[in-house]
Amino acid sequence: MSRWLLARGLHAVSTFILVVCLLFFLMRAVPGDPLSRLSEDRPMAPREIAALRARYGLDQPVGRQFAAFVGGALRGDFGTSIEYRRPVTSLVVDRIPATLLLGGTVLVLNFTLGLWLGVRQAVRKGSRTDRALEAASLSGYSVPSFWLGLLLAWLFAIHWRLLPPGGMHDLLLDPAAPAATRAWDLLRHLALPALTLSLVSIAATMRYQRVAMIEALRFPFVQTARAKGITEQRTVWRHAWPNALFPVITLFGLWLPVLVTGSVFVEQVFAWPGLGSLAAGAVSARDYPVLMGTSLLVSGMVIIGGLVADVLYAALDPRIRHA
Amino acid sequence: MIPLARVVGSAGRRGPARAGAAILCLVILGALVAPIFLQSPTAQPDIQHGGQPPSPGHLMGTDQLSRDVLTRVASGGRVSLAVAAVAVALSVTIGALFGLAAGYWGGAVDALIMRLVDAALAIPRLFLLLLLLALWERIPLAAFILIVGATGWFGTSRLVRAEVLRLRETDYVRAARALGAGPGRIMFRHLLPNALGPLLVAATLGIGEVILLEAGLSFLGLGIQPPTPSWGGMIFDAKEVLVTAPWASVFPALAIALTVLSVNLIGDALRDALDPQGA
Repeated sequence: MSRWLLARGLHAVSTFILVVCLLFFLMRAVPGDPLSRLSEDRPMAPREIAALRARYGLDQPVGRQFAAFVGGALRGDFGTSIEYRRPVTSLVVDRIPATLLLGGTVLVLNFTLGLWLGVRQAVRKGSRTDRALEAASLSGYSVPSFWLGLLLAWLFAIHWRLLPPGGMHDLLLDPAAPAATRAWDLLRHLALPALTLSLVSIAATMRYQRVAMIEALRFPFVQTARAKGITEQRTVWRHAWPNALFPVITLFGLWLPVLVTGSVFVEQVFAWPGLGSLAAGAVSARDYPVLMGTSLLVSGMVIIGGLVADVLYAALDPRIRHA
Repeated sequence: MIPLARVVGSAGRRGPARAGAAILCLVILGALVAPIFLQSPTAQPDIQHGGQPPSPGHLMGTDQLSRDVLTRVASGGRVSLAVAAVAVALSVTIGALFGLAAGYWGGAVDALIMRLVDAALAIPRLFLLLLLLALWERIPLAAFILIVGATGWFGTSRLVRAEVLRLRETDYVRAARALGAGPGRIMFRHLLPNALGPLLVAATLGIGEVILLEAGLSFLGLGIQPPTPSWGGMIFDAKEVLVTAPWASVFPALAIALTVLSVNLIGDALRDALDPQGA
């Protein structure tokens, strides 16, 4: 097991190193560099541009730039943001809590609601409920997330005035207010982005669970359980369901990229101060170091997600780690 | 291996796939035919009537610049659908070639390609596209399609490779080799046809993904550049008038949702037909 774990860990590390190289050379392959856009917006003297180039190391040979980039990345230094004039690392670290809060909420919603609905669908496979849920989840998956976000913001925040349209805190709220008031305020701000992201991403969870559960219900022991007179409720949840949880682990690895992609749009729509809106803002500001830093962080998260899924798999199924 | 024609036939007997195909045909037909009957998208707009709700004269209303929304949804559909089709054709072709090469030659070629694919798959496609597109002012349509297509083949190459690995040592491939068939003939005449099923599924689902990506990129200002109309671009343009003229963004969003839904329905049915176990 430890040997398998070591090999898998090394694979993850080498993948990340490759990602770093890939991102750097892709950036160099695109016409123009981060500063060529800067001088488009306001005319700059060639001397000024040259000074800026020197400051960001863009006048160095590509090999040296690459060495500097990799060396910096290994030390956790991803350069300085052009827009904020602050180290990318500290900008990104500031945004992590908000993203974790949103992502965590969506994860919990997705896995409780998605698994439950998927099991319900499998139990009533082919019924009207099954088909209606399938259609609903597929529709959520087919709508552009930012448009769904705009629609929900319009409905709940502007039309019905039930929830705040964006941000993470009420700016007028006294910072010395009791913790319960502040928590309630946070929850109200969290509701719409979390709902939007859940709606667009729950389809995958439901479908995986549905298929896995249909397989599980075919096992002979389910029939045995029924024959013994165990209630259907108990047969489904205590006998069949644990066997249908296994494939869902795969989702862990597949699901992170979807969440991260969706959060770029959803955080932007709701001005949620997370990594996604940082990346979206960096696009319009042409803030290349920030874009690079968030891409690297997000890729690292995806690699770790895949690693966690594989380790969980191996922990539950000895055949994999001995293969 | 189930012959492709039977897969398509079996998928075609499923209700959801039929519904999907019907919607998709309607959308394509609308995009192809409607612009013939409607005013040209570049025609002088009727500036007296900006942001008007749907009416008999303008079935989907007019946008903030007084342009007929129906005309733009139809002609934007041509662009969005064509971009998705070409980009997906590109990524499926690249994916098939790399998958064939990796699976057939194995060894160092396989290791190299698959390590790169592993790394590329770790970067979410949206971020890859943001990095490639962010520095490009007013990107030409062809370059946009090329970049979207070039970032979508990683998963496909894995699929094809798996299929090739499964078939490489089968008797019929050995027989072909014994008869003197070269690598090219074995790959394209004997291996590739057997991977067409999974490729078709990947292509169908890929269309939906690209349409959503194009919409998302347009929302961030990196998509197809105006004045070329596209569904994503229309929603982006209408963002400011979401409250006063909702029809200007509701109809392109509906067009996106219907198209993506229909290709996903078709793709799912094809997948179920290929692998009846999962259904």
